[in-house]
Amino acid sequence: MALLGLYNYFVFAVLLMIGLYCVLARTNIVKSLIGLSIFQSAVFLLYISMDKVDGGTAPIIQEGVENQVFANPLPQVLILTAIVVGISTTALALAVAVRIKEAYGTIEEDKIQEMDREP
Amino acid sequence: MTLYDQLPALVVAVLLFTAPIAYMLRLHGFPWAAATAAVVTSFAVACSLAATVIGGETIIYEMGGWPAPYGIVLHIDALSALMAMLITGASSAALIFGYKSLADEVGEETAPAFFAAWLLCTAGLVGMVITGDAFNIFVFMEISSLSTYVLVSAGPDRRALISTYRYIVMGTVGATFYLIGVGFLYMVTGTLNTADLAARVGQVEDIRLVLVAAGFVSVGLAVKAAVFPLHAWMPNAYTFAPNAVTVFIAAASTKVSLYVLMRVDYAIFQNSIANHDIQLTLFLVPLGVLALFVGSLLAIYERNLKTLLAYSSVAQIGYIALGMAMTSVAGLTGAIVHMFNHGLIKGGMFMAVACLALRYRTVNVANLAGAGKAMPWTMAAFVIGGLGLIGVPLTPGFISKWYLVLAALDKGWLGVFLIVVILVSSLLAVIYVWKVIEVAYFREPRANAVPVTQEAPLAMLIPTWIVVLTGVWFAVDSSVPVGLASSAARTLLGVAP
Amino acid sequence: MIFSEADTIFYALMIPLVGALAIALTGRWPNVRETVTLTTAVALACVVWSLVPTLQAGGRPELHFVEMLPGLKIAFKVEPIGMLFAALASGLWIVNSVYSIGYMRGNNEKNQTRFYVCFAIALFAAVGVAFSANLLTLFIFYEVLTISTYPLVAHKGDEATVKSARVYMGILLGTSIGLFLPAMIWTYSLAGTLDFTPGGILEGKIAEPLVGVLLLMFAFGIGKAALMPIHRWLPAAMVAPTPVSALLHAVAVVKAGVFTITKVFVYIFGIDFLFSQPSHRLIIWIACFTIVVSSFIALRQTNLKRLLAYSTIGQLSYVVLAAAVLKPLSEIGASMHMMAHAFGKITLFFAAGAIYVASKKTEITDMRGIGRRMPWTMAAFSIGALSMIGVPPTGGFISKWYILGGAIQDDNYLALATLIVSTLLNAAYFLPFIFAAFFYEEDVKPARPHGEAPWPMVAALTFTALLTFAFFIFHQPIADLEAQILVK
Repeated sequence: MALLGLYNYFVFAVLLMIGLYCVLARTNIVKSLIGLSIFQSAVFLLYISMDKVDGGTAPIIQEGVENQVFANPLPQVLILTAIVVGISTTALALAVAVRIKEAYGTIEEDKIQEMDREP
Repeated sequence: MTLYDQLPALVVAVLLFTAPIAYMLRLHGFPWAAATAAVVTSFAVACSLAATVIGGETIIYEMGGWPAPYGIVLHIDALSALMAMLITGASSAALIFGYKSLADEVGEETAPAFFAAWLLCTAGLVGMVITGDAFNIFVFMEISSLSTYVLVSAGPDRRALISTYRYIVMGTVGATFYLIGVGFLYMVTGTLNTADLAARVGQVEDIRLVLVAAGFVSVGLAVKAAVFPLHAWMPNAYTFAPNAVTVFIAAASTKVSLYVLMRVDYAIFQNSIANHDIQLTLFLVPLGVLALFVGSLLAIYERNLKTLLAYSSVAQIGYIALGMAMTSVAGLTGAIVHMFNHGLIKGGMFMAVACLALRYRTVNVANLAGAGKAMPWTMAAFVIGGLGLIGVPLTPGFISKWYLVLAALDKGWLGVFLIVVILVSSLLAVIYVWKVIEVAYFREPRANAVPVTQEAPLAMLIPTWIVVLTGVWFAVDSSVPVGLASSAARTLLGVAP
Repeated sequence: MIFSEADTIFYALMIPLVGALAIALTGRWPNVRETVTLTTAVALACVVWSLVPTLQAGGRPELHFVEMLPGLKIAFKVEPIGMLFAALASGLWIVNSVYSIGYMRGNNEKNQTRFYVCFAIALFAAVGVAFSANLLTLFIFYEVLTISTYPLVAHKGDEATVKSARVYMGILLGTSIGLFLPAMIWTYSLAGTLDFTPGGILEGKIAEPLVGVLLLMFAFGIGKAALMPIHRWLPAAMVAPTPVSALLHAVAVVKAGVFTITKVFVYIFGIDFLFSQPSHRLIIWIACFTIVVSSFIALRQTNLKRLLAYSTIGQLSYVVLAAAVLKPLSEIGASMHMMAHAFGKITLFFAAGAIYVASKKTEITDMRGIGRRMPWTMAAFSIGALSMIGVPPTGGFISKWYILGGAIQDDNYLALATLIVSTLLNAAYFLPFIFAAFFYEEDVKPARPHGEAPWPMVAALTFTALLTFAFFIFHQPIADLEAQILVK
């Protein structure tokens, strides 16, 4: 069925929502960041899954082989970039989490909010 | 291949190359000096690019010699040049201004990393405006966002950290939404070059995917641009960042996302989605109106001066959104000119606030009593900026309001409603500006307050006044910004110049 | 003429601005500072008055400045009504400066430098309003006037004053940004220009009922004209020191308001076009309502300055009424009344300030018998009051004559009735006070025995009282100058 053939998009949507839920519903900063990572991975899956061509192979030109069907290399390149961005973001966010722990003594958002409330 | 031909790439390259140099050479004061030199050079390049395109020309530069649509091209027209001038100008002004203020708030050890991040941030923002490739926009967006997170977290108060964290989360969600949108667009058209996308999107048969893409892109950019109600990260980020950083990001960073929204909406979606302008109006008008009222009302009740100005920025971004919603030349001219003018106004006001913070060690409005007498020049600069927010003539805010009201007059009853909203929000701005004026000029300092007798150092006052007077200059002789803005508006709407 | 005409306008604008800077710089040496103020005022008056012969001969000097928005310049052009306003403001500034010196020193006021600097900037704005060639330039200087007078109104700096100053700014900025600005932009989008043109620029571009809407937006948007219900700012501004009330709220600020309304009627709408539109009757009704109601409110006031404020509100609406009647005699009458009211009201305010400095009294119920202690002041006050009522040989009689003439030309019985009733009401709130001041025994003893106020103040108020007489005698050249606006 055509709908089942689109299973990669369903996976993408489900992962996106899991990630987003995790970001919103968890008060622990590290857990939220894990959610953010899941959220970003969903997008990676979207890009990569869209570029797979039926019967296509890795896009490396080989000498002497004709009429090769390649998977689209462009989204793969894009997603490499996006993965790097994702890693940097996660690394930065975790560094901020370390400093928050040093400054506040906790990484639970609700406790931090209470500590920050105007006296 | 002269240097002149390489200018488009140079405006970003200078900043990128100086960043590691600023980080590695750890002599006292060197990171700041390197950063300032690089940003000022970049500003000069941006101005010369603007001079080339002001006549309506467009510069197309192929990175690495690869032709479009295979390679990434830099596409510079009047709007890009205006934005590039704004970004590099704001960055230079904030850096030159901020030497003392940053030395005060950012420690000696973090300075190299801090200024490297500053350079990367400026590079990212400039890159966003000059590139002609949709994915490249995402890359530069993330470069600038990551470095902005670093800059904001350098604030002395520990609440800077938690504000940065919230900013990271919201910003990443926004950028990812933009990425999803671009992915869908690539899926249906097979290209990432903005000019090519504009041509191909119109030929797509299944319009639903384009609509979904438009939705994701708009929401993602709206988060970055702090359009109500996705503005929640902004007030705290502005408040707890170091003061010079606030000057820079208040003037530049949200405007760039609005620029991208304008480009994407008008260049790519306008031709392909039927009734796009009506949808855009339905989307932006309620958000703009709410931004104006909620932002102004929250500013009135706010006790922290930086947060007050941040909420005021939320309201001012509402003006830009309203200008965009009126898809006419006058409306877009008003929106673009206001991006520029608001950058000048808010930049100047945050500079004045930084001067006050240096002497008073606080930005709580009630503790600034008597600032009118203790620091007359600083407060005078603040007052002129405040009058600009209200839209009094001889300030840049008046020019923007003129165009917005003029554009609204063509819109029938919706226009009348918008005029009322614009004018009522100007009057709300009177309330919160006057609140600060009354405390500064007419209230005596508290008995136990630290006495302030010194005006801000000249190194900070002079840049503040240069920014303020530039604003007044462009309010009296508005030919340059208005010329660039209306030429940009015409390009976006496809109207012959 | 030493300079060219365009240069004269330029100097007329620059002199008060440069003077403000000089005053700010010499703030530490009070005598030098006062000299700078007086020199600036005299220089301004000379430059402005030097344009009068050109105007009388029919000339209209022009000066173009920068183009602020595409197609809209900041430009200046002197015409009869503007000439009158500028000459009035600049001439009376000299007198007012003399008076201010006496008042500020007599009361030992703080922040005197700020006071004189803001005064100079306010005069700069007034001259800008008077000489503007288009509505945009006028709006710019109108707003500068509002903002520069705020520190003057809030001068005392205490809690109550700051609250009243808030009302002042709130109403003036609210109306100018909320109504005047959109009206101006609307006019621009209809007519494509904002230049003041004899015959107006809206003919054929707008029809009923939108004419009425635009007219009301201008009438209420120009809040300085104090048409009810946009009048509350004027009594609120009475917390200012009296020299401020005298020059600004009897002469410069309020006259800027009615001047703007007159210019809008004559040069934006055009006398004939406006007369052909039934909506102009609305303005007449509003003006008549304001005249009568403000006079009734004045009757109930015990604070002398507030009484004078409400009297001013009524007198301003005389000018608006005269302008709205749109007949030749009444248009001249509008300009003449700007002058006559200025001389009379400034005298009244000077007297009120003199009484305050000498005796610290502000309520008229405390001022019985004060005429015995301060004969010069009360005599001048009486002359000013007679001018308000319109009794010959004071200037108020001349202007009322013209306005009545215009009303008769229009067969406007409402205007006639209003004028008569208000004359009686004016008498009712001025004459009893004057009578009590001269002929009753003093029942509220002052804190210490006093005579007249300091001599600069008495000199000033005597001079302006004499001006009222002078206007009565020498009014003809002014009438002739103003008649030029009727020739197309």
